[in-house]
Amino acid sequence: MPATRQPVIRPEAIIRIEGIDKTYVLSAENIVHALRGVHLNIDQGSYVAIMGPSGSGKSTMLNILGCLDRPTAGSYWLGGENVATMPDDELSEARGKKIGFIFQSYNLIAQLTVIENIQVPLFYQGVDLATSHGRCVELAKLVGLGDRLDHRPAQLSGGQQQRVAIARSLVNDPIMILADEPTGNLDSRTGTEVLEMIGQLNANGKTIVLVTHDDKVAARAHRVIHMRDGLIDREVVNRPWPLVGK
Amino acid sequence: MTHFMVGFKLISSVKLGIKSLLLHKLRSGLTMLGIIFGVCSVIAMLAIGEGASYEAQEAIKKLGSNNIIIRSLKPAEESRQSGNVGRTFLLDYGLKYADGSRLVATIPGVARVLPMRIIRESVRFDQNEVPCQVIGTLPFYKEIVGVDVLRGRFLTDLDELYQENVCVLTSGLANRLFPYQDPLKMSLKVASSYYRVVGLVRERNTVEQRSQSGKLSGEPLDNNVYIPLSTSRSRFGEILTRRAAGSFQMEKIELHQITVQMKDTSAVETADPQIRTLLKHFHTSNDYELIVPLELLRQARQTQRIFNIVLGSIAAISLLVGGIGIMNIMLATVTERTREIGVRRALGAKKRDITAQFLVETVVLSIGGGVVGVVIGVITPVVVTHLSGMKTIVTVSSVLLAFGISGAIGIVFGLYPANAAAQLDPIEALRHE
Ligand SMILES: Nc1ncnc2c1ncn2[C@@H]1O[C@H](COP(=O)(O)OP(=O)(O)OP(=O)(O)O)[C@@H](O)[C@H]1O
Ligand SMILES: [Mg+2]
Repeated sequence: MPATRQPVIRPEAIIRIEGIDKTYVLSAENIVHALRGVHLNIDQGSYVAIMGPSGSGKSTMLNILGCLDRPTAGSYWLGGENVATMPDDELSEARGKKIGFIFQSYNLIAQLTVIENIQVPLFYQGVDLATSHGRCVELAKLVGLGDRLDHRPAQLSGGQQQRVAIARSLVNDPIMILADEPTGNLDSRTGTEVLEMIGQLNANGKTIVLVTHDDKVAARAHRVIHMRDGLIDREVVNRPWPLVGK
Repeated sequence: MTHFMVGFKLISSVKLGIKSLLLHKLRSGLTMLGIIFGVCSVIAMLAIGEGASYEAQEAIKKLGSNNIIIRSLKPAEESRQSGNVGRTFLLDYGLKYADGSRLVATIPGVARVLPMRIIRESVRFDQNEVPCQVIGTLPFYKEIVGVDVLRGRFLTDLDELYQENVCVLTSGLANRLFPYQDPLKMSLKVASSYYRVVGLVRERNTVEQRSQSGKLSGEPLDNNVYIPLSTSRSRFGEILTRRAAGSFQMEKIELHQITVQMKDTSAVETADPQIRTLLKHFHTSNDYELIVPLELLRQARQTQRIFNIVLGSIAAISLLVGGIGIMNIMLATVTERTREIGVRRALGAKKRDITAQFLVETVVLSIGGGVVGVVIGVITPVVVTHLSGMKTIVTVSSVLLAFGISGAIGIVFGLYPANAAAQLDPIEALRHE
């Protein structure tokens, strides 16, 4: 069983996944094991790419990392809390405070403007719009959309929309940013722009976990984790990452 | 969470809700239409019902709720065949003076008994002739019926005692008889006697009041001449002759009406059956009728209550339909915005945040519809009154009721779609196309 070779768990890592299972019981005979005892730790400030064939469990993994889903078994320590057993409301709170999401299809809210879209995560933490306005404008400028604050998603290009999503993922100052094929819907030039922006975030200290099918995209990460059949198959370290807080 | 944060979230949610609704203006408008019609019909229907019953009740109140009115009735044709002697016959019927004394003597709670003789006669002055009711009655008619003396005085005890030939006129009648003279200095002629005019009183139903309340025309105005009862008795006698169908008809009738004033309304209720029993005992034929204004009032109110319930149910059903319409649209909206729900959940929204968001939208829809419905509902009765002359009364309670129901409908019918939205699995919602 070559797949059982797992990296050693470092207890000081900010994200620790210990023996996570994810099982979907569709019927008595049809049980899908999407994840089968995965161990993984992610250091603060590192840039991790997850690769693997279709159906290998990448998205499932990312959903659990993003507190959108609970594992069937195992524990998941996120910034000192075990997220695996949290009730729904606390999961929502964990997402709102600790996670930033960048989706393949941008997922901006159609009826809101750029600035309002960036504000949404803060809204659910009860932050006053007036208080958060300055920060949101700053983030919009950071992603180069300072002049589009009152535009609606439909009035923006795909690349611009993804940049709004990046600004939105940063607004709550999360522990890590999760991106599921963030360049999947973009042409290579805008895709590169978006990736450069994500790389810049990482250079500034954000922890990034990114799912991709593209080797070139994965090449930008510090570590590339290859999954197969719900397990981590192998891991490639492209370059070392700075050890923050040690 | 602090109160401030709750308030902030609520205000933001309302703003967001309005924004989302404005995104589909036509759809939101059509959805609101159901509530608008519902609220509007509740208010308008209740206003029309209220107006109609108000009129009836006012008319009854004029009769006096402490009073019981007994009127002489000409017995039905068959029942008086026996008294028919040749071509001329004497018909003896109606209330007697003795009835009045018996009422005072036997019925508990009677304050006063007012006898009246009401004779239709033409009243003349110079060339003017006006058909009138010549009412022979006692001075306290004034208090029992509540007449309003405009000039001069009403009848007095001395008039009664000395069988004076004096009369009091309703003001409209005075104007017709004495267009150029001061009526108080004149006398008028009824049958073969002259009567000095000593006072003018206001009509109970003036022309202005009637056009305001929009009653049908054709109802006779009060053309009343009041004279002392003793005078009426001595001048007209107790046997009244009338030509009918080629034959003389003679009627012996002592009193046309007796108004029994009771001490209070509770006495009215007990006296009603007692009076009936008493009269039945002394009258062989059914030659009188009892009018109990209190009873009529009660019936009118009862009728109104039933009317209100029927109208209210119809209106409530239309509100219900409106509510179902809202629920339908909200369910469609939730399906349509599944992706948005997933995104919001991913960005930290709790289930209750999603519930609140959709609930707010429904409530905004229904309250918005409620406001528009109230406005239209208040205007509609005015238009109805203007076009048909029907009296309408918009009561504050009907407005509050309609508005309250519309708000409640928002919550009741919004709860299910909002909950359905909150229960969506975030991952599946995010995957939704
Ligand atoms: N809700 C679900 N119910 C049942 N099975 C599921 C569910 N979600 C995922 N799976 C199964 O779990 C396995 C892993 O799915 P996952 O979406 O994680 O794959 P993936 O690696 O992201 O693939 P792709 O590269 O195509 O996106 C698949 O076999 C899939 O069919
Ligand atoms: Mg996937």
